[in-house]
Amino acid sequence: MKFKIPESLKPVPNHYCPGCGHGIIHRIMAEAIDELGIREKVIAIAPVGCAVFGYFYWNFDTAEAAHGRPPAVATGIKRVLPDRIVITYQGDGDLAAIGGNELLHSANRGENITILFVNNACYGMTGGQMAPTTPLGYRTTTTVNGRVIDDGYPLKVCELIKDLEGVGYCERVSVEDPRNIMKAKKAIKNALKCQIEKKGFSLVEFLSMCPTGWRVSPVEAIEVVKRMKEVFPIGVFKSKL
Amino acid sequence: MRRLWKGNYALVEGAIAGGCEAYFGYPITPQNEVTEYMSVRMRELGRVFLQAESELAAINMVFGAALTGKRVMTTSSSPGISLMQEGISYLVGCELPCVVVNVQRGGPGLGNIQGAQGDYFQAVKGGGHGDYKLFVLAPSTVQEMYEMTKKAFNIAFKYRNPVMILTDGVLGQMMEPAEIEESVKCKGQSVREIEDLGWNLTGCKGRVPRFIRSLLMGEGELEDHNYKLQEKFLKMKEDLDYEEEGAEDADVILIGYGLCARINFEVYTTLRKKGLKIGYLRPKTLYPFPERRIRELARRKKKFLVVEMSCGQMVEDVKLSVNGESEVYFYGRPGGGVPEVEMIINKIEEIIR
Ligand SMILES: Cc1ncc(C[n+]2csc(CCOP(=O)(O)OP(=O)(O)O)c2C)c(N)n1
Ligand code: SF4
Repeated sequence: MKFKIPESLKPVPNHYCPGCGHGIIHRIMAEAIDELGIREKVIAIAPVGCAVFGYFYWNFDTAEAAHGRPPAVATGIKRVLPDRIVITYQGDGDLAAIGGNELLHSANRGENITILFVNNACYGMTGGQMAPTTPLGYRTTTTVNGRVIDDGYPLKVCELIKDLEGVGYCERVSVEDPRNIMKAKKAIKNALKCQIEKKGFSLVEFLSMCPTGWRVSPVEAIEVVKRMKEVFPIGVFKSKL
Repeated sequence: MRRLWKGNYALVEGAIAGGCEAYFGYPITPQNEVTEYMSVRMRELGRVFLQAESELAAINMVFGAALTGKRVMTTSSSPGISLMQEGISYLVGCELPCVVVNVQRGGPGLGNIQGAQGDYFQAVKGGGHGDYKLFVLAPSTVQEMYEMTKKAFNIAFKYRNPVMILTDGVLGQMMEPAEIEESVKCKGQSVREIEDLGWNLTGCKGRVPRFIRSLLMGEGELEDHNYKLQEKFLKMKEDLDYEEEGAEDADVILIGYGLCARINFEVYTTLRKKGLKIGYLRPKTLYPFPERRIRELARRKKKFLVVEMSCGQMVEDVKLSVNGESEVYFYGRPGGGVPEVEMIINKIEEIIR
């Protein structure tokens, strides 16, 4: 891997916990944007969640949206500035719980936006509560004996949206090792290409580590992500490219 | 050209004349004509129209368009405006200009679809979370539905703050003659070129990247931001607007906004003809409120009768303005009831006696 800081990242340290996936995803997002040469056209939206301070790290125009509303905010931007590249960066609470409706309808309208969806199976920022994507049996601060069916099944976002006609690109990746990280970066580039070519809504879901929320070591967190793939199989769900 | 216009249609033409470049809305009675007519007019003018999946989405689409520096608007009626409150709070926190119209209906809850004035507190006292104000305009005629909506965009940009137009279902549905310039000239013309306003997000070409946020966690940052906002809310008094008649020699002054002001004016002219010393005052802006003028009149021991289509909301601001210097009376009807001329006259006779 290259160690040069991408132009799309500010040369500052981030606030993420050791072993967190957000820093890795920021980096490959920045590299993908640099390689496509679109940094000056990007308008990004940071979520409410651990990545809320994205604008301190990303070296392009960024706004902060209310919890769950980035797809609606992105829609507003894209409709008035259709030639800009609009990217939302959202956690699983933000996208799949409180923002479920905005996700569904922006996907269904085929909004030419790209969603980078960080599935870390819990609410990191508020202390590790259950997320809609928490697999059954996983312990969180609101499912101390493990998630049971009564708490709902883990929500599979890619499977949910892939058949919507407005969706142009949809892939699930993971970021626990260099090989998967490289694949994840390629997925981001594909999603952005889908937007550049105006082929509709694009989304990349990242299975990502949250050692703090899961109360495990960074090394164990890597194993957790590997196990998550049993519930959330990785792969391309849809591509109009 | 002067001809018959429906309030809701006049509002749309006002928005277009005010340079509205994007509209996001969700159907709700009694403002459906706005969304429907917008869908036709905005498209034929090459501007942006989108029917959102909810008012929550609509106000956040407004947020997105507003942060690029475009002129953007949404409209709704009471329950929908309640759903928008979180978004409005964020718009204020991020200092983003936009226009929000509330064609009020009866509440609480689903209420009914009659015109009402039960959302005064929500519009004037903040509405969402945090310490904030909206600039609030209250039209009283179909002509003003046009004029005020047109003007609202400039005010929103002057203060970088959302402007609310607080009207109601009766005015929205009412037909009356109005002088309205239909913007057909710009047909086929697209939205204006994006300008750099020094704060808007347009992509960072040729400048350092910007960010827009309302989360301020640094030591003292949020307190400072709030003081700055408060200064702006005070400055809005520059655009205070009200009208009055006969207040100088009046014993009792009628105060009402929107539809109630029309009823008050009828009472005022009827009683003046009878030789009674009645005055008429109508706030055209509800925030800022004509508190200084009201206090001045109160010091001269004039009494006030506030008329509202609610159980009494603006009357609290009149009392605060009067500040104990004189007497304030109230007559109102909630839930879609419209105050009657005879009832107001009876009330005035009681006050005079
Ligand atoms: C309307 C609203 N409800 C709740 C919250 C509190 N809150 C902040 S972040 C968050 C969840 C974040 O989890 P996720 O989206 O999974 O992101 P992560 O922190 O794991 O990256 C919640 C519930 C909020 N800020 N706003
Ligand atoms: S709480 Fe989890 S998601 Fe948040 S910074 Fe720490 S490891 Fe990352």
